[in-house]
Amino acid sequence: MNAPDKSPLLVVENVTKRFPGVTALNNIYLSLSKGEVLALIGENGAGKSTLMKILAGVQLPDDGAIRVNGNLIRIDSVQAAQANGIALIHQELNLSGNLTVGDNIFLGREPLRYGLIDKEKIRNDAQSLLELLGLNVSPDAIVDTLSIGQQQLVEIARALSVNAQVLIMDEPTSSLSQLEANRLMEVVKDLRSRDVSVIYISHRLGEVKELANRVTVFRDGENAGELVGDEINHSRMVQLMVGRDISQFYVRSPHDAGGIALEVKELQTIAHPGCRLNFEVRSREIVGIAGLVGAGRTELFEVLFGVESAISGTVSVNGQQIPLHSPLNAIQAGIALVPEDRKLQGIILEMTVRSNIGLAGLRQHQKTGGFLNAAQESSDTAAMIDRLKIKTPDSQQIAQYLSGGNQQKVVLGKWLSIDPKVLLLDEPTRGIDVGAKQEIYTLMDELARKGVAILFISSEMEEILGMSDRTLVMHEGQITGELQRDELTEEAVMQLATGNVLESSV
Amino acid sequence: MRDEMKKNFGILGILVAVFIATAIGNANFLTAYNMFNLVERASLYGIIGIGVAFVIITGGIDLSIGSLIGLVATLLPFIVVQLSFPLAIGLLAIFALSLCVGLTHGVLITRLKLQPFVVTLCGLMIYRGIARWIVSDKTMGYGNDVFSGLKVMVGNMSQLPGMADMSWAKHVPVAFLILVILGVLSSVFLNKTIYGRYLLALGRNEQAARFSGINTSLMIVLAYVICSLISGFGGLLFALDYGSIQPDSFGNFYELYAIAAAVLGGCSLRGGEGSIFGIILGAALMRLLMNSISMLGIDDQLEPAVIGIVILLGVIVDELVKRFAARRRAMKQVKEGLA
Repeated sequence: MNAPDKSPLLVVENVTKRFPGVTALNNIYLSLSKGEVLALIGENGAGKSTLMKILAGVQLPDDGAIRVNGNLIRIDSVQAAQANGIALIHQELNLSGNLTVGDNIFLGREPLRYGLIDKEKIRNDAQSLLELLGLNVSPDAIVDTLSIGQQQLVEIARALSVNAQVLIMDEPTSSLSQLEANRLMEVVKDLRSRDVSVIYISHRLGEVKELANRVTVFRDGENAGELVGDEINHSRMVQLMVGRDISQFYVRSPHDAGGIALEVKELQTIAHPGCRLNFEVRSREIVGIAGLVGAGRTELFEVLFGVESAISGTVSVNGQQIPLHSPLNAIQAGIALVPEDRKLQGIILEMTVRSNIGLAGLRQHQKTGGFLNAAQESSDTAAMIDRLKIKTPDSQQIAQYLSGGNQQKVVLGKWLSIDPKVLLLDEPTRGIDVGAKQEIYTLMDELARKGVAILFISSEMEEILGMSDRTLVMHEGQITGELQRDELTEEAVMQLATGNVLESSV
Repeated sequence: MRDEMKKNFGILGILVAVFIATAIGNANFLTAYNMFNLVERASLYGIIGIGVAFVIITGGIDLSIGSLIGLVATLLPFIVVQLSFPLAIGLLAIFALSLCVGLTHGVLITRLKLQPFVVTLCGLMIYRGIARWIVSDKTMGYGNDVFSGLKVMVGNMSQLPGMADMSWAKHVPVAFLILVILGVLSSVFLNKTIYGRYLLALGRNEQAARFSGINTSLMIVLAYVICSLISGFGGLLFALDYGSIQPDSFGNFYELYAIAAAVLGGCSLRGGEGSIFGIILGAALMRLLMNSISMLGIDDQLEPAVIGIVILLGVIVDELVKRFAARRRAMKQVKEGLA
C-alpha cells in the first residue's frame, strides 16, 4: 500500500444536515487524497448515506463547506457532482435493465452524430472501459442478463466514463458472491493504482481492512474517530462504531430455551421454489438469520406472516398448524412481524403515535358493534410509551415527526400491546441511532426472558454475533447452515452466506 | 384533527362571505323560497359527497356516480310505471343494482388490481348507455301517483308525521334532515368504529395496514359498496326532486361535483383524510356558488368556470398553508435542537 498524496483532493468541512426530528449529520469532517481508498464505516443510521447523498448532489447540506482541490464548490445536482468528478455507485443498482451495457454507460450523455445517437462510438468507448475493468461482456449485452456483480462493474464503468476522480461505493459487496466480491476488490485496488480516489462504505470489516488506507468512523451523525494503517483492525473499528466496549453494547443474558414455539416444515416459497425450509424456534430463544441481500430471508418472513402464500409446507405455533392466507391468521396465532421497510410496511406516518400503537389490537379490543375501545387504546399507548421509552411530546404526535428509532419503537409497541408468542424482526435496527439500538437489544433480551420466541434477520454481522443464541444462515433461498453460540464466528457466517458448506457443520 | 377543524373554519368563512355578498347583491336571495331550494339542493349534493368520500378516503375514486344516478332515476319509473311492477319491487331493484355496482367495482379493484379510475370510468359509460337503451332515450317522469309517498323526502318537514303543527318545519327540507342523519351515522362510523379506523389507516398506507392484520381488500370493497348505495339513494332523491328525467343527461357531472365537494371539504385524493362535516360544507359552498351566480346576474355560461376557479383557489391556499405550517414546524425543531 503506497502512501497517498498529501494534499487532499476532496474535503468536507463542518457539514450539518437536519431532517424533521433528527440531526443526520452534525459538523462532519472528512478528507480524501488522490489515489486513496478511504473506508467510511459506522452503524446503520450513523449518517454515512446522508453524506454520500450530499456529495452526489442528491441532497443539499444545511451548513458547511465542500472543497475539491481547495476550491469551494456547491453540489446542488447530480450533474454538478459529475462536473466536479464525483460519482456515486449506489447500493441498489441504478441501471436500466432493458437497455444494453453501452447504452447504460452513456445514458444521458449519448454521443451524437448528425443529431442521432452514435451507436458505433458508444460500442467502442464502452468496450475499452469494460476491458479496463476486466469485465468480459459485450457492450451490446442487455443489462438484465448480467449477474449482479457484473452490473456493479457496469456502474463503475459509467462512473469512469465521466472521468470521475472520486468514486463513492456504498456497500458494493452486500449482494455479491464471495468470488464476485473478490473480483470487485481487485478492481478497487487497480483503480487506486490509477490515482482514482475511492470512498468505500462497507459493513464487512474484513474488506475494509484489506482495502483501506484510512478509515473514518461515524457515529450518530458525528465523527467518532479515524484509523490509519496498522490501527485498522477489527476490534478498534467496532469500538469506534458503537462507542463503547462491544461486550456491554449487546445485551444478552443466558436464555434457557423452552418448548418449540415456531416450527417450520418443508416450506417452499414462491421466491425460491427449489428450496425446502425446515427449522424451529423455541420460546425464550433468540435466533438470528444471516445471509446476503437476496438470500430469501425477507421472503421467508413474508410467508410466515401470511403476506405471501407458500407453495407447500407447514408452519405451526405451539404445536398448532396455522393457515398461511393472511397476516390476520398469523397474528391470531400469535406471530408478529416488524418489517424491514418501516415507512412502507411498519408504520403509518401520517397517523398519531396512539393510532399506530392501537392498530393491531383494534379487533381484539373492540366493543360490541365494532366500536373503538378508546380507553384501552390510550392506556396501551401510555404503557408502551413508558415501557419502550418512546420519545414523543404526547400520544397524539404524528408519527412522521419522530426519529427513526422512536418510530421503530412505535411499531414494536403495536405488537407488544397484543402479547405475541413469536416475534419476527426484519432488520430491527436499520436506520436508527446507537442509543435506540441498544434499547431494542435490551428489549429483545427482556422479551426472550419472558418467554417470547424471537427470530430476527440482520445484515449487520455484529448484531448477529452479539444477539443470537443460535444462527441460521441462508444462501439463495436455502438454509445452508445452523451455528450454535459457540460455533458462531464472522468467518463461519460468511462461508455459509456465500454458499460454501462448512466442514464442521452437517 | 385540529388542522381539519381549522380548514373547516376556512370554508365556513368563504361560505359566509359569499352568502352575505349575494344577500346584499340581490334581495330575492333571502326569500324563503330561494333559501328552501338552496338548502335542499345543497343537501342532495352533500349526500352524494359523503358517498364518494368513503372511496376517496381509501385513496380511490368513483367516476360513475352521475351515470349510476341517471340509471337509477330512469329505471324506477320504467319498472313501476311502464312495466307496472309494485313500487317495492322497483325500489328493491334499484337497491340491488346499486349494491351490485359497488361490489363489482370493489372486486375488480381489489382482486384484479385494476385502477379505480379505469374501472369507474368504464362504469360511467356503461351505466349511461344502459339507461338510454332501456327507455330508448325517452324522458321519464315521476308524476304518477305511485311516487307521491316517496315525494315526502323532497318536501318540507311539516309533511312528516307529527310535525304538521310546527311552523318552522315548513321551511326545512326533509332532504336536510336526511343529510344530517347520514352525516352523523357516517361520522360515527369513520371516527368511532374500528372499521372507520381501518379505512383511514389503509387510505394512508395500505401495506402497513395489511401488515397490521387488517383485511384491506374487504374494507375497500365495503367503501365502494357504501359509495354506490348512497349514490343510488341520492339518485332517487334527485329524481323525485326534478320530476322529469332525460336519460342521456340526468346526473351528468354529478360525480365531479361530489368529488369537488369532498376535496373542498378536506379529503385528499391521496387518501386517508377527510371529515364529514367538511364535505357537507364543501357541498353547501358549491351549491351556494351556483345560486349566487344566477342571483348576481353573472352569465350562466360562466358557472362551471367560476366553480372551478373557486375550488382551485381553495386547494392552492390549503397547500400553501400546509407548507407554511411545515416550515414553521421545521424552524421550531431546529431552534429546540440548538437550545
